Amino acid sequence: MKVTLFIPCFVDLCFPRVGMSMVTILERLGHQVTFHEDVICCGQPAFNSGFWEETRVVARKVLQRLESSEAVVIASGSCGAMMKVFYPEIFDHAPEAPAARALAAKCFEFSEFLVNRLGVTDLGARFPAKVTFHDGCHGLRELGAKKPARALLSRVKDLTLVEMKDAETCCGFGGTFAAKFPMISTAMGEVKCLSAEETGADYIVSNDSSCLMHVQGLLDRQGKKVKTIHLAEILASA
Amino acid sequence: MSEILKLFKAQASKVAGDLRHRSLIQTALGKYETQRDRRKAAFQSWEEARQVAAETKWEAMRSLDEHLVSFVNKLEARGTRVHWASNGVQARDIILGVIRAKKARCVIKSKAMTAEEIHLNEAMEKEGYEVVESDLGEFIVQLRKEAPYHIVFPAMHLTRDEISDLFHRELGSAQTSDPEELTMIARRALRKKYIAADIGITGANFAIAETGMISITENEGNARLTAALPKTMITLLGIEKVLPRMADLALFLPMLATAGAGQPITCYNSLYGGPRRPGEPDGPEEYHVVLLDNRRTELLADAEQRDALHCIRCGACLNVCPIYRNVGGHTYGTTYSGPIGSVITPHLRGLQDWKHLSAASSLCGACTETCPVKINLHHHLLHNRRNAAAQNPNWIEKTAFRVFGTVMNSLALYRVVRAAARCLQPLHGLVKGGPFDPARAWTKTRELAPVAPKTFREQWKERA
Repeated sequence: MKVTLFIPCFVDLCFPRVGMSMVTILERLGHQVTFHEDVICCGQPAFNSGFWEETRVVARKVLQRLESSEAVVIASGSCGAMMKVFYPEIFDHAPEAPAARALAAKCFEFSEFLVNRLGVTDLGARFPAKVTFHDGCHGLRELGAKKPARALLSRVKDLTLVEMKDAETCCGFGGTFAAKFPMISTAMGEVKCLSAEETGADYIVSNDSSCLMHVQGLLDRQGKKVKTIHLAEILASA
Repeated sequence: MSEILKLFKAQASKVAGDLRHRSLIQTALGKYETQRDRRKAAFQSWEEARQVAAETKWEAMRSLDEHLVSFVNKLEARGTRVHWASNGVQARDIILGVIRAKKARCVIKSKAMTAEEIHLNEAMEKEGYEVVESDLGEFIVQLRKEAPYHIVFPAMHLTRDEISDLFHRELGSAQTSDPEELTMIARRALRKKYIAADIGITGANFAIAETGMISITENEGNARLTAALPKTMITLLGIEKVLPRMADLALFLPMLATAGAGQPITCYNSLYGGPRRPGEPDGPEEYHVVLLDNRRTELLADAEQRDALHCIRCGACLNVCPIYRNVGGHTYGTTYSGPIGSVITPHLRGLQDWKHLSAASSLCGACTETCPVKINLHHHLLHNRRNAAAQNPNWIEKTAFRVFGTVMNSLALYRVVRAAARCLQPLHGLVKGGPFDPARAWTKTRELAPVAPKTFREQWKERA
């Protein structure tokens, strides 16, 4: 299959390994990966702040550039939700509505794509560590993808998954929220870090780098030992 | 920044960092969660029950005018005096008018969030009437001269020792940490008040259009006493409380108990349809029902958000909300706190003054997922943000997002920003976390992820 990869701006800049791991995995599965260098961002920060017209400016370009793609794999549940759930909403009753719905139908968050679209769970990965999984809210609730990531992790050799208490509770990132209400966001992050630490895991895994960026930022500041890692990085390891 | 927002931010920062508060709420709600999940499992299908409940409320709101007329006609036929109040001032005047006409002195009240909404107690006290809250939690916060902390658990933020201290100070009781003894202290104080009261004021959980009856569901029996003992009973309720049929209670009562308190059903469930009839041994001689609009019809006119009127005030969205759990109920400064409060307060009290509550959310969606009547809560927060920005944009933010759009649509500009970030990154350490750090909101408590030596785009290009 010809798979178009959508790499969100912050993954491009700060977490390139996540994107490269996805390329490795998809190619290993025999798919042809394409990437549009000029498709940079889904527009979510503007959307979440209430500036829907400014969002449409960015979204129109995404719609146009991804129009001919066969399948679009998005390296973040949050950006995935933006394109799959919210593009149809911001273009509701607009000329772009059919294009937005067409794109939504072929957009997949990475783990969802592997398990639900390709039917793959065993990627032959090996990762000798104890990990706990954090459900990113957008992937979990907007896309309804709780099972795929766990199905994938369950087939990784030498990996032990320990569920944390309240794995489904938000880490407190929330995009612009983290900067607008830093104390609330930090408190939420502290609760999340503590739940993860209580499991005794070496790694906090998620399929959303935005959550991990927040959690890792807190862990680093507090000098904690537990580390964060994206699901794709684990799946690409052998 | 408005005064309301300043206060919210200050209070939120204070409570969010308060570890004692955090653990208190986590413990209280942890117990609730266990019970709730057990009770949910007792439904044949909780998801289907939610769907039926949402559709029933949808039907109720779609023909609200007809349902209200039926409700009122049936109530009046039994001798109930029904009053329509467009706003809080009118509702207060109606209630004060009844109290004055009865030459009453003491009022006993059971739990009613609508009464909080229109500041009824303050209005009655200002006129010199003695008002006593009969719900245990409400009684406690009234003694503390505080607003309810939660719409279902008004005193959830207090420990039994704090309550013992309060009773000792205000009621002269001996100190005890036994919850049953604390309840008995309140009970002894309240029994006297029921007997002395001339007026009993209640809220309502549901208004049955088909039969013209008020449904009140409770655990303490205090609403029954409030309704049965005084000679005059007044019920204040929002017009959205309507359910079309009596049979709907078969779903809504267990659902409210499950979502609200993790109970199969509450201990006392009563229906009120009018004053005491000839030959009946008890009940009020006069019954008044006050129907409150207070901008609910404006919300009804909003096709996008009218499902917010489906709310049955179970508090489930507050309980699962990580914002509520970290900032606490009082920080909101509103009658209705938590996600539902953040959605409806801008409609009830003004968008510009209360838009910050919609911004103060990570949009995690736990509220929408738990809501028993399927209100699209977290998406409505997005709608409020959009409406607020369209009506009165913050120009700095608007300009920033215009620039953001231009940069994200141009690979050349994006590369410039990337290069700038790389150049500035080594200098950031000099100001990090301090007053001159432009990223201070983040870096005060968190490390910033560095720009990678080679971005994904750069690595992708090298492969080609």
